Amino acid sequence: MIPELGNFSLVLALSLAVLLSVLPMVGVYRNNQLLMTLSRPICSGIWVFMVVSFSCLAWAFLYDDFSVAYVARNSNTLLPWYYKFTAVWGGHEGSLLLWVLMVASWTYAVSLFSRNLPLDILARVLSVMGIISVCFLLFMLLTSNPFDRLMLNTPAEGTDLNPLLQDFGLIVHPPFLYMGYVGFSVAYAFAITALLTGKLDAAWARWTRPWTNTAWAFLTIGIALGSWWAYYELGWGGWWFWDPVENVAFMPWLVGTALIHSLAVTEKRGVFKSWTVLLAIAAFSLSLLGTFIVRSGLITSVHAFAVDPERGLVLLAILLLVIGASLFLYALRAPVVKGSASYTATSREVFLLINNILLVVSTAGILLGTLYPLIHEAINGEANMVSVGPPYFNTIFLPLMAILAAFLTVGSISRWKKTSLSYLKQQLMKVLVCSVVLGILVPLVVTREVNVAIFIAVTLAFWIVFGIVRDIQIKTANKNSLVAGLKSLSLSYYGMQIAHLGMAVIILGICLTSHYSVEQDVRLAPGEQLEIGRYTFIFVGVSPVQGPNYVADAGEITVLKNGKSYLSLFPEKRTYRATGSVQTEADINVGFFRDLFAALGDPRGEDAWVVRIHVKPFVFWIWLGAFLMAGGGITAILDKRYRVRETKNLKAKTSEQVKASGSIDLLGEAS
Amino acid sequence: MLAHRQQKLAIVLFIVVGAALAVGLLLVALNEGINVFYTPTEVSAGDVSQGQNFRVGGMVKTGSLVKDGLDGTEVNFLATDFCNDILVSFSGPLPDLFREGQGVVADGALNEDGVFRATQILAKHDENYMSAEVKASLDAAETETAEVCHQ
Repeated sequence: MIPELGNFSLVLALSLAVLLSVLPMVGVYRNNQLLMTLSRPICSGIWVFMVVSFSCLAWAFLYDDFSVAYVARNSNTLLPWYYKFTAVWGGHEGSLLLWVLMVASWTYAVSLFSRNLPLDILARVLSVMGIISVCFLLFMLLTSNPFDRLMLNTPAEGTDLNPLLQDFGLIVHPPFLYMGYVGFSVAYAFAITALLTGKLDAAWARWTRPWTNTAWAFLTIGIALGSWWAYYELGWGGWWFWDPVENVAFMPWLVGTALIHSLAVTEKRGVFKSWTVLLAIAAFSLSLLGTFIVRSGLITSVHAFAVDPERGLVLLAILLLVIGASLFLYALRAPVVKGSASYTATSREVFLLINNILLVVSTAGILLGTLYPLIHEAINGEANMVSVGPPYFNTIFLPLMAILAAFLTVGSISRWKKTSLSYLKQQLMKVLVCSVVLGILVPLVVTREVNVAIFIAVTLAFWIVFGIVRDIQIKTANKNSLVAGLKSLSLSYYGMQIAHLGMAVIILGICLTSHYSVEQDVRLAPGEQLEIGRYTFIFVGVSPVQGPNYVADAGEITVLKNGKSYLSLFPEKRTYRATGSVQTEADINVGFFRDLFAALGDPRGEDAWVVRIHVKPFVFWIWLGAFLMAGGGITAILDKRYRVRETKNLKAKTSEQVKASGSIDLLGEAS
Repeated sequence: MLAHRQQKLAIVLFIVVGAALAVGLLLVALNEGINVFYTPTEVSAGDVSQGQNFRVGGMVKTGSLVKDGLDGTEVNFLATDFCNDILVSFSGPLPDLFREGQGVVADGALNEDGVFRATQILAKHDENYMSAEVKASLDAAETETAEVCHQ
């Protein structure tokens, strides 16, 4: 009964989504207030039915209803309850359900927090989001219904959730990632609306910015969690592999980053308008491309749940619809939304343009590398396969990001419209000298050697950090005290600087980890030891342990620091009972300046095992930097500017009147 | 007028410089980063020269895995497309899903003894899933069997 209720809710949600994509739009062109106003209740309806549907699937998992095919494939009675719940999005159908639930939630959020958006704009935005919901609900109901039943041969036991996914990382990684992916649909809907109305002003940019920032922050955390998960769960200590699946999540992020910067220019200066619209379309299209590539089985990996050409075709159709229709609209309407202000070659506008070009070019490079094997195979046939490895991506991406980091400080210290070179020189000379000197000195003092890559990375990190300090100095110079100056700076300014600080932290984390990690694979018999720097790893041995749904060989490794007892690591090799699949569980001691990583390989001879031991300095900084970036994005949207946006028009009214008039701000509830 | 022209010039210049940079990087990167996939049969036929980086895939030949009696973490095994075999040697922990009789893909190059020295053995995430590369390798071997194997 319950699964049927879930299915029925899906159908209801689809019907409402059809109404949402049609009625408000008709209302706009007929100038019918009622039809436009209807969009809000319809949004809440869709959201409620999606929540009901999701809960029904969760119920089926928690109560082991193996008559539901999807549950039978992805769960098992032995699974702990929390993994039963997260198994809801552990496979193709369920993760699609989560995807659509996210679309519904974003749509609902837009309808809630945009009370002071003009009704006709809101109606268009919600209509576009409705169309997206219709596409994906149809896709789900027609090709991948999570509620399909196995009525005749109900299995007594489920197949089990993929052991790789039985992990805390999976509980949080997909929801964050999807929130990010799907969140770009809001920016997309705003972009389409701008093209439809031909109105693209500062107000439009101000509506779009908080939504874009939020989606971007979610995506940042989603990608960081994915990388963290790969680091400890895939078992071998790498944190980024340039795997197609990572790339397809990373591309919308890069374009989204460009979009955030270009939106700033559009809001403040009224230029780059059509470019901003194009980026908003691109960010969401790349999110869809990611979904398509991963779900169609074109590229197989841990995320590709099933290879089904029919699903691939439907997704491809949705992708073509979204990209094709919006680009067509863009071609027709882009000239209408052209910007007109002027700026000079060293203005902040130009530096942000450089930022955009670098980000878009690196996205294009990654896109080429990701699709190249497919293109090659299509041209040369199945027998001539190629793969594109990390050296390709590193060669393209790292130099571009170094240039980006170099321009970051210049861009944030420069001024709108016109900045003289002598001003930049005056402000940044000290910063430059200090960062270059420290870039040489710090590695020299700590490790007694310098190489080019480390020098560049450390210099760039200091360049960004000192640039931030210098900029705050400049901004607070005219105030009575530093505290007063700091108070006068806006939250969106702090958000920017926090995110930029995150960039510096990531640069250091990536570069220092890549260069100074010590990674050793050794064969150890009980009692044997391995020394890495100050640490001595003693292999105590392996003993069997029982988990809730697995048996494991648990290793014990005692670590000494400078010869003194320090800590123990317990890496495991698990065999899951339901499927018999084997899973390496690394044990990692996380530290601010270094991680100690141990994983069990395979047994070799009597009692001896291959053991992988890493000492990874600064690896934590990679995720720290990502969280700073996301935190910066969130800080920026808390800015007053986005909350009392209508003050100019409402100056005459008292604050009570403003409240009474229902001018509820975009993020009023968050503050 | 002048400002407008300057602005256009700046934009055009950046696009040109950016595109040139991108194309340059792409050419370097494509040279370095692309691994071509070969089947054991193609390797045996001498399609690959010593030292060249490539990927090879096939089944791990049953009974061919040698772990003991080698130095440190060395292992070696035969990768087969049921037509020809190639000896693969590797140092390090084997992936969880590595089994005799199952598919495997390895990155690396041939050394002077004609042994494929793998730098990476690819872990496949799903037991039911056979990599497209391995499948193609086996398919290719099947169609070539008549021509190559029984020569």
